[in-house]
Amino acid sequence: MKKLLTGNEAIARGAFEAGVLVAAAYPGTPSTEILENISKYDEIYSEWSVNEKVALEVAAGSSIAGARSLVAMKHVGLNVAADPLYTIAYEGVNGGLVIITADEPGMHSSQNEQDNRLVAPHAKVAMVEPSDSQESKDFIKEAFKISEMYDTPVLFRVTTRVCHSKGPVEIGTREEVGIKEYVKDIKKYIMVPAHSRVKHVEMETERIPRLRDYSNNGPLNRIEWNDKKIGVITNGASYLHSKEVFGDTASYLKIGFSWPLPDKLIKEFAEGVDKLYVIEENEPYMEQFIKAMGIECIGKEIFPVCGELNPQIIRSAISGEKIENPFELELEIASRPPALCAGCPHRGIFYALTRYKNKIVVTSDIGCYSLGAMAPLGMGDTVICMGAGITAGIGFDKVNQMADRNKKVFGFVGDSTFFHSGMTGLVNAVYNRSNMVIVILDNRITAMTGHQDNPGTGKDIKGIEAPEVDIVGLVKAIGVKESNIRVIDPYIMDENISAVKDAMDATEPFVIITKQPCALIKEVQKEREGLYCQIDQDKCTQCKTCLRIGCPAISMKDNVVSIDINECNGCQVCMQVCPFDAIDFFGKEVK
Amino acid sequence: MEKSLLLVGVGGQGTILVSKILSEGLLEEGYDVKMSEIHGMSQRGGSVTTQIRFGEKVYSPTINTGEADVLVSFEKLEATRYLSNLSKDGTLIVNDVEIWPLPVLSGLEEYPEGIMEELNSKVKNVISINAGTIAEELGEPRSQNIVMLGLTVKALGLENIDWVSKIKKFLPEKVHEVNIKAFERGLIS
Repeated sequence: MKKLLTGNEAIARGAFEAGVLVAAAYPGTPSTEILENISKYDEIYSEWSVNEKVALEVAAGSSIAGARSLVAMKHVGLNVAADPLYTIAYEGVNGGLVIITADEPGMHSSQNEQDNRLVAPHAKVAMVEPSDSQESKDFIKEAFKISEMYDTPVLFRVTTRVCHSKGPVEIGTREEVGIKEYVKDIKKYIMVPAHSRVKHVEMETERIPRLRDYSNNGPLNRIEWNDKKIGVITNGASYLHSKEVFGDTASYLKIGFSWPLPDKLIKEFAEGVDKLYVIEENEPYMEQFIKAMGIECIGKEIFPVCGELNPQIIRSAISGEKIENPFELELEIASRPPALCAGCPHRGIFYALTRYKNKIVVTSDIGCYSLGAMAPLGMGDTVICMGAGITAGIGFDKVNQMADRNKKVFGFVGDSTFFHSGMTGLVNAVYNRSNMVIVILDNRITAMTGHQDNPGTGKDIKGIEAPEVDIVGLVKAIGVKESNIRVIDPYIMDENISAVKDAMDATEPFVIITKQPCALIKEVQKEREGLYCQIDQDKCTQCKTCLRIGCPAISMKDNVVSIDINECNGCQVCMQVCPFDAIDFFGKEVK
Repeated sequence: MEKSLLLVGVGGQGTILVSKILSEGLLEEGYDVKMSEIHGMSQRGGSVTTQIRFGEKVYSPTINTGEADVLVSFEKLEATRYLSNLSKDGTLIVNDVEIWPLPVLSGLEEYPEGIMEELNSKVKNVISINAGTIAEELGEPRSQNIVMLGLTVKALGLENIDWVSKIKKFLPEKVHEVNIKAFERGLIS
């Protein structure tokens, strides 16, 4: 039976069929749906871990204990998980261990476009790369075999176009491989220098040469001989784009096992073709290897390093022809950036801060609240990575003091980000006597990635009730004084304003925790159904104050300000900022 | 012969759902199908695009400048944003509704005037409809995406596929009836 699956759905299906018993992940686009789909199988223990390092360590432990284990993350998540990765590579596995890195050429929803293929040779872990949904399923099963056969973790590298493209997939059945016996072996699993030295030599002299043989002779790297005037060495989504461009007019070396690269196969292929192209997204990973072998090829001289490839870019790079727009419109096309939703609980606190905009610095973080930096709210100076909303604020604040800038630093993190890597930052702020303000936006969900549960929501990945970690209690336990903590309802402007005012005067670490669930949570939408605000046109003076909160439900057309009641969820922030009492609330109040 | 179909709209309009329904129907009909979606931050009111390619054998899931046989835009400003992806002789299907993006709402940018006139003057084959009004008449404003599905199916000449069962598969039971009506309204528009 064939089903239309995304790459992520196919990976989940492949994990199921491969007999995986443990799967862990932290959500991150474009990888999130892998675990969401795996969690539907009762045969697999799955979890949202608090971060990627934790997820990989959980999977490493379950692998050593004897179970086939899978861990998934977005590309930048692998940075967080780098510490265990580089050492579990030495230890190897017991039950197979597959680590999925979902890279994002083109950065549709990411802060950088790092090419994680470069990690494989550095960490010395085998690497597998599928091109489409069918391969995503088949290669996962092969990856577990490789992992167990060669005693190595396998890095399974996909990209957005593989993760989020659907294609037909032949569905198979689950093969129960069970749990392998665990035999205590401290030379293999305790990485102290004496053991690691031996392991490193073993990897170089035994494991890697064997993997190279597999690369040259195994099923994942293959030559498709067609016309031999042009040869293309390619991988992942680039293989699909290349096939679209050249069809049968070129020969292909399709790389599905990309570390170690297949030196003999590359040599054989290069000798068989007149002109050799290396077509790969982002870094010249394969190209550099091929050139280092002394083989002449064309790569990044003509193909771009930045962004995604597609058939058009490849065609244009080879022919030199410019891509022409078939329709030139005589219109100024207004931009449509993502924005905080109508009724978003983050809006109130950002708006309360706008009155201090010249007296503050806002170090923001990864999550919907990074959108607070956009006009008209403009609340954001920095966004770096998960957790840096707090920690970059610590450094910024120290320099503000040295330079006598008299600016208060407000660091923002969400609930899920706080658990991910904000907690350690808060400990650092307390320990190192920062006097920054930390705002924890607790909307009781991991929102940006499409609503995953986290330790603060009281539910696990399967939606089953779970212990709820108390953020306020945690903040107190870390050492923030009770007099420096405000827990507020961000829909109530007086609470936002008073908390910000107290924070401005603070001389010690100060924490504001906003508590109001994401407006897009289904239960919340149901609860607030029928609630809305409306403008009393008799009282409205078109002063535009309500427009400055940046709510997509409020607009001004032909000098009339109005609220779209289909969009509005009755949060009443606009009503509270209106200086003329011209906004009314309708519907039954929610507690 | 392969066909490339690009669907664009605003986060929350249901373009991805329509793409899923279309892809399932095309697969059942025996085509090789590739569908690619770009989402992530799109739920927060940004632009959403999905690309469907189908035919005997399809490799790349992407559609680029001048390559779409059909561009279906669920909102008219989005039609202008992605028009360059339509092929010279391609068909443009536009939902003649206006959704203001935040920069327009907050007065920083303007929503362009005369979009339909401009599109009609530049593109040979334009099919426009106000799916918003139709959906409201049906009493379910959210069904405008399914009106657009009906219109797209008709434009592609794919009426023989069993779309009703796909609509039923992807939507909750309580809205089956209204969405089937919405689909039929799209088909005859």
